[in-house]
Amino acid sequence: MQLPEAEQLIGALAESMRPHVSPATCLVGIHTGGVWLAERLHALLGLSQPLGSIDVSFYRDDYSAKGLHPQPQGSKIPFDVEDTHIVIVDDVLYTGRTTRAALNELFDYGRPSRVDLAVLIDRGGRELPIAASFCALTLPEPLPAGQNLQLERDDSGALTLRLIHA
Amino acid sequence: MRNPQLNKHGELQHLLTLDGLPRGIITQILDTAAPFTEVAEREVKKLPLLRGKSVFNLFFENSTRTRTTFEIAAKRLSADVINLNVSTSSTKKGETLLDTVDNLCAMQADMFVVRHESSGAPYLIAQHLENTGRDHIHVVNAGDGRHAHPTQGLLDMYTIRHYKKEFHNLTVAIVGDVLHSRVARSQIAALTTLGVPEVRVIGPKTLLPTDVEKMGVRVCHSMEEGLKGVDVVMMLRLQNERMNGALLPSPQEFFKVWGLTAEKLALAKPDAIVMHPGPMNRGVEIDSAVADGGQAVILPQVTFGIAVRMAVMSMLGSH
Repeated sequence: MQLPEAEQLIGALAESMRPHVSPATCLVGIHTGGVWLAERLHALLGLSQPLGSIDVSFYRDDYSAKGLHPQPQGSKIPFDVEDTHIVIVDDVLYTGRTTRAALNELFDYGRPSRVDLAVLIDRGGRELPIAASFCALTLPEPLPAGQNLQLERDDSGALTLRLIHA
Repeated sequence: MRNPQLNKHGELQHLLTLDGLPRGIITQILDTAAPFTEVAEREVKKLPLLRGKSVFNLFFENSTRTRTTFEIAAKRLSADVINLNVSTSSTKKGETLLDTVDNLCAMQADMFVVRHESSGAPYLIAQHLENTGRDHIHVVNAGDGRHAHPTQGLLDMYTIRHYKKEFHNLTVAIVGDVLHSRVARSQIAALTTLGVPEVRVIGPKTLLPTDVEKMGVRVCHSMEEGLKGVDVVMMLRLQNERMNGALLPSPQEFFKVWGLTAEKLALAKPDAIVMHPGPMNRGVEIDSAVADGGQAVILPQVTFGIAVRMAVMSMLGSH
């Protein structure tokens, strides 16, 4: 499969979000790819609220099966969640379980007025009733379960998509 | 022989002592604790990691701070916490330790947090659980006799790392009643494992264990010698309740020679931190001016203790 250019998708994603964000909108990236993506969207959209990040390690539903991630990064929500419009940002939308965990965690900080989900790619394979509000690319066919699609960042800060066959 | 604290995959199965615990596991606990410190700032101070699990606080010896911080840590991980005041319960009626444990296992315990006046009691429980095939139940030593107090040692390491960043360039002094102190034993084990090049113990001969040098420390018999140039001063509590006979002339005398005053602290590096595991005896091992002074990190130790205990319990509960 020919992978699209991440940089182009980021530009398209930002443009699709632009009419729906205001200066009060806060972005929250999900570790690790979502945080990089959120940084870029934050700059492209010229948002002024500080950027949040979430590490869902502590909220995963497979904790008892897989155990704790060896190096959890922790979450940083540097704004008041109460009554705020929040966009959760992730690189790839797959089963929806990460999004669920992020939503659960977010609500432990307060009650947002609205929560959207922005992703670069929807790879299909949902296991929960979750959909993205903004998505730059939906794959025509769901990616097989054995394959792992993720965002990578090189030393210059450029983002690329990479497909890993497990 | 397999390390009794690790399972066959090399993961933490029980936390019994820091002596012999691999450096990688100690570092993993400290790394895991870091993000837990932030939970205290949330509106809902809870994570779902131990949801549905039952943690039994089994304290055969009195404790307020340790029991409370374990309780808070378990509750922040969403566990159900059952506090057993063992001194007023069936033990008094003659039930053995392992019978008590079996009864609590029959109540679906997932974790025991044990404090006992006898060294080795938590190990005995861990062995019993292993021998009876109950690998899913974990034991955390919350202090046993003079042997170990591993979570105190870990929270001390967390505190040192928080303020000093690295261990490899530090000189650390442990001051006071080392003889009766399980805290000191855990601190020495952790400091040497983490690569602190110089650990000093300072105290009167009567309150230092024989052969303490074999633990890899330098013995100093005066505060002047021991505090000179140190980065960290770890005070110990004078354990009146464990003292039998005439090890000391009087608390006042002890303070005069071994108590930490601002004057003696001035011998340490200007940015040295002062730690104390609590409860403090003001005017015995530490002067109020130091305990409340700018170099003391005694209250942050307590706060970090919650995060460190959350880290230990979440690592144990994950398998």
